[in-house]
Amino acid sequence: MDWSMGGYGFYVWGSYLIALVAMGAEVLALVKRTKKLRVQANRLSGFNGK
Amino acid sequence: MTQKRHWFKYASPTVFYPLAGKLIPWFAIPATILFIVGLYVGFVVAPTDFQQGDAYRIIFIHVPAAWMGMLLYVLLAFYAAIGWAFNARLSSMMASSLAITGAIFTFISLATGSLWGKPTWGTWWVWDARMTSTLILLFLYVGFISLQAAIDDPRRADKAGAVLAIVGVINVPIIYFSVQWWNTLHQGATIRILGKPTIAAPMLAAMLIMLAACWLYSVAVVLYRLRCIILEREQNAAVIAEVAEAA
Repeated sequence: MDWSMGGYGFYVWGSYLIALVAMGAEVLALVKRTKKLRVQANRLSGFNGK
Repeated sequence: MTQKRHWFKYASPTVFYPLAGKLIPWFAIPATILFIVGLYVGFVVAPTDFQQGDAYRIIFIHVPAAWMGMLLYVLLAFYAAIGWAFNARLSSMMASSLAITGAIFTFISLATGSLWGKPTWGTWWVWDARMTSTLILLFLYVGFISLQAAIDDPRRADKAGAVLAIVGVINVPIIYFSVQWWNTLHQGATIRILGKPTIAAPMLAAMLIMLAACWLYSVAVVLYRLRCIILEREQNAAVIAEVAEAA
């Protein structure tokens, strides 16, 4: 595999980097949101997290 | 009758919440595997294009992202309409959950299309029918998300969002047929529902594998977000107990 993509490396790798960052940010935001909600829900239910 | 009632129970957010949790790994793990396989086929197996060189490899993410952007909007409009017509809370929540993922795929399709356009067309952007209608799709997603966020009452937010989603769905066939209806710079469809595809088999395989990966990824993250929305909106004992048990 030619890593320079025949001189188009910036465009090709840039495309996949954008996709990776966008999808990775979506997953990370969801994990963070879930953690926050779990803390809230546990507090409401009286669950001490142990 | 009993069977019908059995299935209807999953329309309840609190019943669907644990089921969604169980389903997520069944989509997330195959999505990861297919992304790896798709990238391998796309970068190692698929040959270099004789006209565009290696720049064409952008299509393995660009085309699936563009399809997902359109498909998720149709699903969003469908669920928003069901939620509005039948007062089904879970459907409205599903529509909200689909919006961000659809917006992300539409953004990816526009950004990667721009990165493909520069080396092949010599420009980052042109106001042609396909690109402009896809940009409108992104604005529709952003409008739907912003409208829902601006209204405090979730039921009113769902109804307002449903109106926008249903009106906006007309843009999807415009995007799809824009390359046939107008004389655009964007190339025509390489894969047709009726007819032979115009690309080589390994290229087609890579594109379809990446499409399947994007589809599985979408289902996983939409279900994940749906669980968050259920927790936010339905803070009742059943959900809280489930969360406490899971933690």
